[in-house]
Amino acid sequence: MPAPIRLRELIRTIRTARTQAEEREMIQKECAAIRSSFREEDNTYRCRNVAKLLYMHMLGYPAHFGQLECLKLIASQKFTDKRIGYLGAMLLLDERQDVHLLMTNCIKNDLNHSTQYVQGLSLCTLGCMGSSEMCRDLAGEVEKLLKTSNSYLRKKAALCAVHVIRKVPELMEMFLPATKNLLSEKNHGVLHTSVVLLTEMCERSPDMLSHFRKLVPQLVRILKNLIMSGYSPEHDVSGISDPFLQVRILRLLRILGKGDDDSSEAMNDILAQVATNTETSKNVGNAILYETVLTIMDIKSESGLRVLAINILGRFLLNNDKNIRYVALTSLLKTVQTDHNAVQRHRSTIVDCLKDLDVSIKRRAMELSFALVNGNNIRGMMKELLYFLDSCDPDFKADCASGIFLAAEKYAPSKRWHIDTVMRVLTTAGSYVRDDSVPNLIQLITNSVEMHAYTVQRLYKALLDDISQQPLVQVASWCIGEYGDLLVSGQLHCIILHT
Amino acid sequence: MMHFLLLFSRQGKLRLQKWFLPLPERERKKIVKDMTTMVLARKPRTCNFLHWKDLKIVYKRYASLYFCCALENQDNELLALEILHRYVELLDKYFGNVCELDIIFNFEKAYFILDELLMGGEIQETSKLSIVKSIEASDMLQETMEEYISKPAF
Repeated sequence: MPAPIRLRELIRTIRTARTQAEEREMIQKECAAIRSSFREEDNTYRCRNVAKLLYMHMLGYPAHFGQLECLKLIASQKFTDKRIGYLGAMLLLDERQDVHLLMTNCIKNDLNHSTQYVQGLSLCTLGCMGSSEMCRDLAGEVEKLLKTSNSYLRKKAALCAVHVIRKVPELMEMFLPATKNLLSEKNHGVLHTSVVLLTEMCERSPDMLSHFRKLVPQLVRILKNLIMSGYSPEHDVSGISDPFLQVRILRLLRILGKGDDDSSEAMNDILAQVATNTETSKNVGNAILYETVLTIMDIKSESGLRVLAINILGRFLLNNDKNIRYVALTSLLKTVQTDHNAVQRHRSTIVDCLKDLDVSIKRRAMELSFALVNGNNIRGMMKELLYFLDSCDPDFKADCASGIFLAAEKYAPSKRWHIDTVMRVLTTAGSYVRDDSVPNLIQLITNSVEMHAYTVQRLYKALLDDISQQPLVQVASWCIGEYGDLLVSGQLHCIILHT
Repeated sequence: MMHFLLLFSRQGKLRLQKWFLPLPERERKKIVKDMTTMVLARKPRTCNFLHWKDLKIVYKRYASLYFCCALENQDNELLALEILHRYVELLDKYFGNVCELDIIFNFEKAYFILDELLMGGEIQETSKLSIVKSIEASDMLQETMEEYISKPAF
């Protein structure tokens, strides 16, 4: 019996296939060979065969017959076997199949293995795809590993605990004692995953949240050290020390400070420091600033700090980097209700973003523009929004038209202005207007008694220009039906011809 | 947390799929199709973020490969770009001037490296050096080095 073809040899062969049919034929042939090899319980080449199966699975071919083989690989003593076995389990098995439970015992053994890399494999698999039953069975092992002094294992155990809590929230309590001195760790991997674990616990339980508020000073200290510390090559990203950890700490501070005066006060200074000192020339610095702004806006920060945050967003809007502009618009949208006046100051920049070439930015700018419309700026804003309606992609027109109608209804300075605006929308984007707008518009026209003649004449003229837009035709037809006498009798108001 | 991470070519061929949530096979296939269609349709010089269902999609192209991940609402998309970049740096360090062919022929190693960077959709290690050392040590444990005809690891 010749040895099964090697993995990379197979990949090379499959890539020479010139048609889908040719590829399928090669795959079927190889699968048949692999199946018979599995049937013969061949231990030597099981690993190679499963690896090949995983490759074919990625191409889209069925690989379920390899599931049990993955389990056999996991149970093997060879590290190579375990590596592929666990990978296969993560790719081919999921908690829907009963087969996955057979893994539990293997994982339990491997969690206690003498080699940390084997322990790491099992922690990783449990932490990525462990089902609720598996988590229940193995939570105790994970908790033990959370207390080890081996930082390689401790960081993995922390994230594994996060997964366990997500699958079985009732188990959260058992991890509480182990969190006691997690933040005193020097190792950044452990620190980072610990912050993730603490965040998860605080998000799920108000009791945990109150309990962990006392950690605020310690978190502030860690963050301060990161910012003040000199260059550390191991954690440096473009001159910033461990931005991943900084962002996670800022996020945890956000949760701890929300709704709590004391905690918010305790973090005020460090937030101001991060907001003012972080280097903004690269994405990494802006990622930290972004998180800082979100935290400032969510906690009970002093007004000076809030203004600082909004101004950062204002500066983001002027950044050359599209991603930063997009993120700024999204954040401003979140804060526009609570800090309306501060956001208003950046209105002109926001309106400029309506002209951005990027579709995602345009959409955000449109949403934000509507949120900023008020009685004072309605005329100016509507000019911009109508211009936007004229030139925007069809995908936007329906939402934009609806938004304009809503804004006009709320803030119209006069009935005449209101009708003109409605007319403008019907004529420029008439076919995109939503069906439910039509009765509302008819209601509006009915109620504007003094405008009936004006309205019906303008609508008639619009129909003469273009009869293809259905909502326009509906409104116009109704109007002509109701006020046709005004139309026919030739009563002319000053019609400002719409150009 | 990250829900999934995908690598695919400009022709939409899948090179790596990491799922951090349990999903049935057919749903995974559908998501891969949706992602490749959406991302490949993006014009150049547009921002790297998309909205899809209730998730934020962050993608970045490196040479002939698209790296694409899905985040929840409270996750930081600018930082996600840094995570994708960190993964590329690790691949580059391991393979030495990594290219798509390296990922195709050594896909299992791409997964092993990813599994040292992320777990359960969260970052597990922020030190590049630490990850590189772990992978190196793990490779040394492999009994049959001939099984993995690879370039020197470091």
